[in-house]
Amino acid sequence: MTMQAEAPSARFQATPRAVPTEAEIEAKARARLKARRALVITLRIAILVGVLGIWELGAQTGFIDPFFFASPSGIAEQIWVWMTEGTSQGSLWVQILVTLEETVLGFFIGAAGGIVCGIVLGRNKLLADVFSIYIKVANSIPRVVLGSIFIIALGLGMASKVALAVVMVFFVVFANAFQGVREADRAMIANAQILGASPFQITTSVIIPSAMSWILASLHVSFGFALVGAVVGEFLGAKQGVGLLIATAQGAFNANGVFAAMIILAVLALAMEFLITLVENRLVKWRPVPYSEQN
Amino acid sequence: MSLQSIAAARPPLMPAAALAPAIELDNVTRRFLTPDGKSMTALRDFTMTVDRGEFACVVGPTGCGKSTTLNLVTGLARPSAGEVRVMGEPVSGIHKDVGFVFQADALFPWRSVLDNVAAGPLYRGLSKAAAYGKARDWIARVGLSRFEKHYPHQLSGGMRKRVALAQTFINEPKILLMDEPFSALDVQTRTNMQDELLDLWSGSGASVVFVTHDLEEAVALADKVYVLTAGPATVKSVYHIDLPRPRVMAEIRYDTAFVEKCRTIWDDLREEVQIGQQRTLDTGH
Repeated sequence: MTMQAEAPSARFQATPRAVPTEAEIEAKARARLKARRALVITLRIAILVGVLGIWELGAQTGFIDPFFFASPSGIAEQIWVWMTEGTSQGSLWVQILVTLEETVLGFFIGAAGGIVCGIVLGRNKLLADVFSIYIKVANSIPRVVLGSIFIIALGLGMASKVALAVVMVFFVVFANAFQGVREADRAMIANAQILGASPFQITTSVIIPSAMSWILASLHVSFGFALVGAVVGEFLGAKQGVGLLIATAQGAFNANGVFAAMIILAVLALAMEFLITLVENRLVKWRPVPYSEQN
Repeated sequence: MSLQSIAAARPPLMPAAALAPAIELDNVTRRFLTPDGKSMTALRDFTMTVDRGEFACVVGPTGCGKSTTLNLVTGLARPSAGEVRVMGEPVSGIHKDVGFVFQADALFPWRSVLDNVAAGPLYRGLSKAAAYGKARDWIARVGLSRFEKHYPHQLSGGMRKRVALAQTFINEPKILLMDEPFSALDVQTRTNMQDELLDLWSGSGASVVFVTHDLEEAVALADKVYVLTAGPATVKSVYHIDLPRPRVMAEIRYDTAFVEKCRTIWDDLREEVQIGQQRTLDTGH
């Protein structure tokens, strides 16, 4: 501690006259930033290696029972087997494709419905007052339970999973779109009105852009929800999909299989999150860049 | 609803309308209903006339209802009693000849400077090419040609106000309403913006109602200053400011006639400010 505190003053005493130039200061600041970034990445990798290492070591020595809690090497092997030899339900890629299709379909239908309903209700006070109570009720129901209804009504195919994903996504997006419309700046709306905008023009050129940040924030969360909807739907009854892989692995006491499917789902979610961020950056490029990102 | 249709059915009196003042508020009273169901009077028996091409300023104690007068002229608010006429015709809805500069930043943050200024003509159905041509013209007039592609958050407060002025003037309003437009600016920027405003206004022939709590700003800009009473607001007195134009803001404040005017009006206004403050302290809101 004392060493660190003394070091800079000692250096200044050694070169009392040398005033650093602008370029030197900048180079030094850049070097410091780079060193910090390297440190963060190193620590992240260290944590990953540490956790996996302890897990693996525990499994090897018998401290953790790999039969119940799996092991990193077992999970890796399981993923490898699925990739090269296929799963008990056929090719792994087909399973991923099925789940992804259900998720994306549900996500888009739910998000579109949520955005439209949110804007319509946000713009109409009477509709908002009438429906708000029902939306609150619908929102407090644990919606995953609806999966059973959908499977009874729509069968084991894709439709029931898409329906569950839609229901999961709709309310999140709806609530945010509604709030976003309500938060639209009064002065800005009045300004557009006086400049000559019709009610429809106000909706398209003021209300929707100002609700966009709220809507995009909800899309980040709701893709995860869509995935949950699809996987839980497959869990409850399906012929294909990653959710069914998990259910099958569970039935066979294959802990490695459950974890392997989980990792596959996480990779899917991260990839989609990345895509959504790309779209978001395109849509809201007018927003000021936070200082931390400018560096 | 029926009143409105009767007014619309009445044939327009063209000769009378041509002579009529730009803005008339005739014995106007405006009440609000607070959320807990109480009625609050913002304006009472308020009468004001602004001639065509005249610059009128409205000064009064904080929260007395100054902004309400402007909202009545736009048609965004309706009088509870009395009549508001624009160009001789009763106000029904937003008049196309009205322009409004807000106190708060009312620019669209997701649009570039060019798109912000072009908004009015585009809303009013001008072709894209014509609207953008006109917008470039107005951006040049407020000296921001090099900032066309910038977004509002990239501009300083003064520059944003310039964009707001261009956005309003591009519609060539015959009536210009301004609600403490420069109150958020620092003193130097404010002086510049006042000169800019007088410059734009002198070429437009528009009638202006400029609401402010800054008495010196009012006297420096206006032909006519309305002093309001502490709420419910009504006109306490009207002063005609006959200082010669063109006026230069940085110099006019040392003019003896200007100083004399300010002192006279301030004596009048001070009383109302004290009443307003005392009332706030007494009622607690």
